[in-house]
Amino acid sequence: MTSERIQHLDRDHAHYLLHQMLRVRRFEEKCAELYQATKIRGFLHLYIGEEAIAVGAMGVLEPDDAVVATYREHGHALVRGVSGGSIMAEMYGKQEGCSRGRGGSMHLFDSETRFYGGNGIVGGGLPIAVGLALADKLQNRRNVTLCFFGEGAVAEGEFHESLNLASLWDLPVVFCCENNLYAMGTALERSESDTNIAIKAASYEMPAWTVDGMNVLAVEDAVRKAVDATRQGGGPHFLEFRTYRFRAHSMFDPELYRDKAEVAFWRDRDPIKTFTELLKEQELIEDGELVQIEEMVAAEVEAAVAFAEGGTWEPVSELTRFVYSDGSGL
Amino acid sequence: MNDFVMPSLGADMDDGRLLEWYVKPGDAVKRGDIVALVDTDKAAIEIEIFEDGVVSELLVPEGEKVPVGTPLARIGGSGEGAAGGMAATLPETPPAVAPETVIETVGKPVPPEVPVTQAVSSVHATPAARRHAQERGVELSDVSGTGRHGTVTKADVEAVAKELEATLPAEPEPQPKPSRKRISPLARRLVKELGLDLATIEGTGPGGTVTKADLERAAVPAVPKPEPKPAATRVEPVKAESSPREQKQAAMRRAIGAAMAKSKREIPHYYLSNRIDVSRSLSWLEEENLERPITNRLVPAVLLLKATALAIREVPEMNGFWLDGGFKPSEDIHLGMGISLRGGGLIAPAIHNADQKDLDELMADLRDLVKRSRSGGLKSSEMTDATVTVTNMGDLGVDLVYGVIYPPQVALIGFGKITDQPWVENGMIGARPILTVTLAADHRASDGHRGGIFLTTIAKVLQDPEAL
Amino acid sequence: MPVAPTLVKTTYREAVRAAMQEALERDDRVFLMGEDVGAYGGCYAVSLGLLEEFGPERIRDTPLSESAFVGAGIGAALAGMRPIVEVMTVNFSLLALDQILNNAATILHMSGGQFNVPLVIRMATGAGRQLAAQHSHSLEGWYAHIPGIRVLTPATVEDARGMLWPALMDPDPVLIFENALLYNLEGEIAEDAGPVSIDQAIVRHSGTDITLITYGGSLGKTLQAAKELQRDGIGAEVIDLRTLRPLDMGTVLASVRKTNRALIVDEGWRSGGISAEITTRLVEEAFYDLDAPVARVCSEEVPIPYAKHMEEAAIPQVPKIVAAAREVMGFDE
Repeated sequence: MTSERIQHLDRDHAHYLLHQMLRVRRFEEKCAELYQATKIRGFLHLYIGEEAIAVGAMGVLEPDDAVVATYREHGHALVRGVSGGSIMAEMYGKQEGCSRGRGGSMHLFDSETRFYGGNGIVGGGLPIAVGLALADKLQNRRNVTLCFFGEGAVAEGEFHESLNLASLWDLPVVFCCENNLYAMGTALERSESDTNIAIKAASYEMPAWTVDGMNVLAVEDAVRKAVDATRQGGGPHFLEFRTYRFRAHSMFDPELYRDKAEVAFWRDRDPIKTFTELLKEQELIEDGELVQIEEMVAAEVEAAVAFAEGGTWEPVSELTRFVYSDGSGL
Repeated sequence: MNDFVMPSLGADMDDGRLLEWYVKPGDAVKRGDIVALVDTDKAAIEIEIFEDGVVSELLVPEGEKVPVGTPLARIGGSGEGAAGGMAATLPETPPAVAPETVIETVGKPVPPEVPVTQAVSSVHATPAARRHAQERGVELSDVSGTGRHGTVTKADVEAVAKELEATLPAEPEPQPKPSRKRISPLARRLVKELGLDLATIEGTGPGGTVTKADLERAAVPAVPKPEPKPAATRVEPVKAESSPREQKQAAMRRAIGAAMAKSKREIPHYYLSNRIDVSRSLSWLEEENLERPITNRLVPAVLLLKATALAIREVPEMNGFWLDGGFKPSEDIHLGMGISLRGGGLIAPAIHNADQKDLDELMADLRDLVKRSRSGGLKSSEMTDATVTVTNMGDLGVDLVYGVIYPPQVALIGFGKITDQPWVENGMIGARPILTVTLAADHRASDGHRGGIFLTTIAKVLQDPEAL
Repeated sequence: MPVAPTLVKTTYREAVRAAMQEALERDDRVFLMGEDVGAYGGCYAVSLGLLEEFGPERIRDTPLSESAFVGAGIGAALAGMRPIVEVMTVNFSLLALDQILNNAATILHMSGGQFNVPLVIRMATGAGRQLAAQHSHSLEGWYAHIPGIRVLTPATVEDARGMLWPALMDPDPVLIFENALLYNLEGEIAEDAGPVSIDQAIVRHSGTDITLITYGGSLGKTLQAAKELQRDGIGAEVIDLRTLRPLDMGTVLASVRKTNRALIVDEGWRSGGISAEITTRLVEEAFYDLDAPVARVCSEEVPIPYAKHMEEAAIPQVPKIVAAAREVMGFDE
């Protein structure tokens, strides 16, 4: 697949993919730093290592498509088009944040891009994605809902309930399982009787494929195929992306559950590193262009931090706003 | 030159112990390098640096535990300026409430006082003696030691303590605290608003609580205070092995049995009944009650009692006793109230001079009688001096009462349940609340004609409730 | 000249059905989903006939997946629909509690006001049918604990008919608790009965001596108790809360300030229940108007038992309410 795919790879598109992955990587590296400097608090789950999935997937979507994500969703939000400044401000807890500082790192929301949130409950987003797709179907809209979740969600009842319902009702939703092998610290083989997740999904009568989640091109192809088929009325599709997070589960995690050799093995397959090497090898990028991209990204991250730093605290008098739509506290 | 500080890996991390440095002065570092191993409450975690540069100095040695934010090392710039200033600016956490609320320490810190210890050290005392002295409030310097080398022992301390006790005046017995007067929150507020003296108000609510009703009584002195309750009358014990309660009940049943058998055996009863439209009475009562506080609320039974008493004035043959072969009419009208007891049995204590009492007094008497009958606090006179008996069985759903006269009385008036019934008046049919009143009377003392007049009088009186 | 509305006899069940029918006719965005709402006609026959009338797209039978279909209701509401989700009984709603609490009630707030969830969830609640400890509880007070949702407890035919439409038009999630014993309740309503308030409590019986505060399945019993109290000369005012969140304390306080006494009748458990909340607010806001301690008649602190006599003993009944009221009034018995 890949060699043929590379021959048709458009230079600009290749740069776009690399740029997006670097945006996510550098943004999150900054987050880690800001966390340790106590600018960002709460839980902070970094996506570093898994960037190829969000980047490969989001480019396929139409503006009216919907996205449901997890608490490891900075990358998804950023690539979907939520501004870095509003995401950073959200993590600072500032009212200029994309959720006005009410959500934090785990709960990025954006109505403009139909980004229905990071969800802090494992598996909690799946039923919502089913409902979004149901509404689109009932209203004869050709939208697709992309639903991200980790492999830990597979153990939850909501996973099975939602796949069944989506398939039963033939709904336009694409389930994207980001299998990074660990549910916090629990390895997949320690929690699942059958570790082949795509096979579980297939039992609900929907097309399901396993995809190399470290290869942005493979991701993009798979998501395009699934989204196109779904949009054309093919019902729900399921994609299992094999991936790995390079960082700890969250910031305060001594990583007692996996060894360094394993991390090193996967770091070697870093989606940014391998894609950069590929582009260089195929002479699709020059060093100068690479530097240019890095500078663009650095400037964006810097601007995002400045935006967040310059943000303001919401007055405590507004505490009970947004509990009910009319602003009342009931 | 920037400081590399102990990072915060979570809000629940306060400090960390630097276990191992991975770098030394002079080493070049770049962003993302792991530079040290830090032990936390969770486990050892490798920590990274977020800038490029050269380690110029390690500030914290291995093994030392320092709070989050403490500079661990000094990093010299690698020439491209101080872009990585972030790590040094620590920690500007969001304000908890409002930025203005800053607590400042005013004035110089006060040095801790140095305790004077020489007095203590000059006395040799055993540890037990020291503790005992503290417990008994004895100064060790006042105790001469009898132990080895004059050491003060626990016994020495105790001896001094006893001596002190003997010379000191005995502590007065603590006076029992006067129990706090119970008063409802509303009553408390009203006492203040009405300027009343709480001490003068008697509480009659649950547990003697002063309620709004008590204040209303206090504010209107015209209403007489209820008499102090008399002591319970003694009941003759019955010899038996059963429990006192069973004995009491058995005795009562025997008494009722004897009286009723005598009545049925000796009194030639005649019976009359009359249906009465009580709509006027009830609507008057409803309106009247609206004006009244709950404790002064009237129940329909009170109207019936008053009507009965007034009718007796008109037909005195119903009131009195059949004694020694002749009828002895009574001047006073004491209405015996048939009251069933919870454990079973029946008594008929009297409301005295019912014809002369107004409705409020009758209501109070009725409540009082029912309460005392069931708790056992009746006076013997109340039990024996009724001149006629009234029994109201409407509460039980009884339509019609066929009474048995309580000898030596000569009449018993029974009231049934008030129910809506068809009623024709002036050729028009309508639903009215109807009550059936019955009379059981002694034919030796009166005849049916008088009995009929008596019942009609009750009916007539009830049509004019304002006059009651 | 105004014409008096034509009254029609109906049942609570028919009233709920009529309300759904009207909503489905009026608004294309409305659809009903839940377990056995379609072909079966609803566990309590509330939705009987709706499938035939509106078709399987709008009357959707779901698998036994409370979390998924309640969550799907949330998603559909987020994307412009006005779903009515029926959960068979309140005990089953616990399987969807994650979605109700962690999503429906929080998304508006977590998103900083960007996404509201106009969802209606209906469910049966309450004891009295000998269904024992997994089908009989009254957890509406629990739900009233949660900011972000509205909790309605229609106790009359009129409210059963009139609460659904305003609930559907509410931009935020609304939970409607239908006491299952009420489905057979008969009553008369205007033929053209329309929406009712979903903000306010109502005085169902006036009185001057004590305020009886209740809702849902206990309303009928409380009104009966008020009648019996009348015979003792005690005028009881009966307040039907109608909504547990928001709690219309204005109506409650006005009554208690008049009567100076309050008794709460609640089929929920006493400890930490809605009755405790009301008591606290009375103490906070009407302490100096109280002439007696606030009293409560609640369910006994047991899982609801199966045996008839035990079940009856477990939940509020008329004699208990009467006795409690008399005690508050200072009667000795």
